Amino acid sequence: MNSSGVLKSSSSELDLDRPNIEDYLPSGAAIQQEPRGKLRLHDLLDISPTLSEAAGAIVDDSFTRCFKSNPPEPWNWNIYLFPLWCFGVLLRYLIVFPTRVLVLTIGWIIFLSSFIPVHFLLKGHDRLRRSIERSLVEMICSFFVASWTGVVRYHGPRPSRRPKQVFVANHTSMIDFIVLEQMTAFAVIMQKHPGWVGLLQSTILESVGCIWFNRSEAKDREIVARKLREHVQGADNNPLLIFPEGTCVNNHYTVMFKKGAFELGCTVCPVAIKYNKIFVDAFWNSRKQSFTKHLLQLMTSWAVVCDVWYLEPQSLKPGETPIEFAERVRDIISTRAGLKKVPWDGYLKYSRPSPKHRERK
Amino acid sequence: MGSASSMLTQYDIEEVQEHCNHLFSQQEIVCLYERFCQLDRNAKGFISSDEFLSIPEFVMNPLSQRLLKMVDGLNFKDFVAFLSAFSTKAGTHQKVELIFKVYDSDRNGKVSFKDILEVLKDLSGSYMSDDQREEVLGQVLKEAGYSKDCYLTLDDFIKVLGHSGVKMDVEVPVD
Repeated sequence: MNSSGVLKSSSSELDLDRPNIEDYLPSGAAIQQEPRGKLRLHDLLDISPTLSEAAGAIVDDSFTRCFKSNPPEPWNWNIYLFPLWCFGVLLRYLIVFPTRVLVLTIGWIIFLSSFIPVHFLLKGHDRLRRSIERSLVEMICSFFVASWTGVVRYHGPRPSRRPKQVFVANHTSMIDFIVLEQMTAFAVIMQKHPGWVGLLQSTILESVGCIWFNRSEAKDREIVARKLREHVQGADNNPLLIFPEGTCVNNHYTVMFKKGAFELGCTVCPVAIKYNKIFVDAFWNSRKQSFTKHLLQLMTSWAVVCDVWYLEPQSLKPGETPIEFAERVRDIISTRAGLKKVPWDGYLKYSRPSPKHRERK
Repeated sequence: MGSASSMLTQYDIEEVQEHCNHLFSQQEIVCLYERFCQLDRNAKGFISSDEFLSIPEFVMNPLSQRLLKMVDGLNFKDFVAFLSAFSTKAGTHQKVELIFKVYDSDRNGKVSFKDILEVLKDLSGSYMSDDQREEVLGQVLKEAGYSKDCYLTLDDFIKVLGHSGVKMDVEVPVD
């Protein structure tokens, strides 16, 4: 009997954009063969491993888990705790919240009254203007953080302004950017948003030097890659902050890092951010709430407590591909912040996996 | 159980448990309900194909389209009944029956040579040519005592797969 045993999975169609997902998932597609090379009908008909995997995915899958906001356990369930909770609510909404709004308003007044003059009057003195604008942006971010009673503990050496370096961090919400920006004025790469956020992006963030991208545009990646390279080459530009996950994840997991940040030929400085959920869940579930609602939710909570670790800069090791480099950095960040890694591309939140993925299985 | 309300009463749980022949514990049914509501985004009472296809792990499975046909549009009771074949408590007969149904895509109670070839194609895709598959299948069927034009029934499947037991279990994560 001829045993046509061409049944090993080949990695000949290695998609350079994505790492070998087969390494993570158990392969049920390989048809088992008896050691003597004799294939029985039982082996051919038995599709149970593949079916089990499919049913397993229906029952629970690691991708949906990344974006689940886990509501905290209600603690106000009995007659003693409930009035205490009510008192807390009144305190938060009637006293703390207005105070915070006041603080924020003052901050904006100071900011705008300094930023606008500086921006227009110092048009000729670029360097001076830039450094003042940087400090102002750092200041308004501090005001934002104060408006949520943010308690941020920074660990590790503060980012320094050096050429040929990028910073990468895990992403939970847009406030990640504000938390990091209050310490150092980074240039950041962001999705252009509509509404008042977009307005802020195009006016103030322009001054620190930001790069925009659009998830829905197909050719966008190449344009963005080029802009990134240009920015990093420029000596005067602010250090670049990139969130390689590409989307907000719920601060318990990390999804796959996009390799764009890791093939620029610079050192990569990982930054890990972990929010303390006891005070508030900082995960911005963009499918469920708008950014405004998210900010209001933060402003009516007790505090936003988080830890930020600035980790050791990493460079591409000889013989390492950018994808492996990205994985290594993701490992470092996940270990530091206590996050679990999942092998999924964050963009699957917005679109279906393409047919070529199914082929490879 | 018509529309998916966010509360599951004890009666509902017992009804579902009855329907799936007690193959899931009450805790597991509660967890499956949470999962069902998570997948059924607009609380229609059933999960549409689109919503199943938003699970990347499911889409990557070579048999996802076949399973999708069987599970699309089921209400919660039938959803649990479908998944009960994957319970550790389910018998080999029930598991083999599910496998048979996956092969028998036209639901005529018989699995033809062509049906088996198609499933094999889904699984081995680009690794084998159609001729290679036909040859292997024809040979293996002959050795098992079936000809190419023979139709396999459920009893045949049980005969071939049943004696060594089928390991097809999925654990429901109970938190």
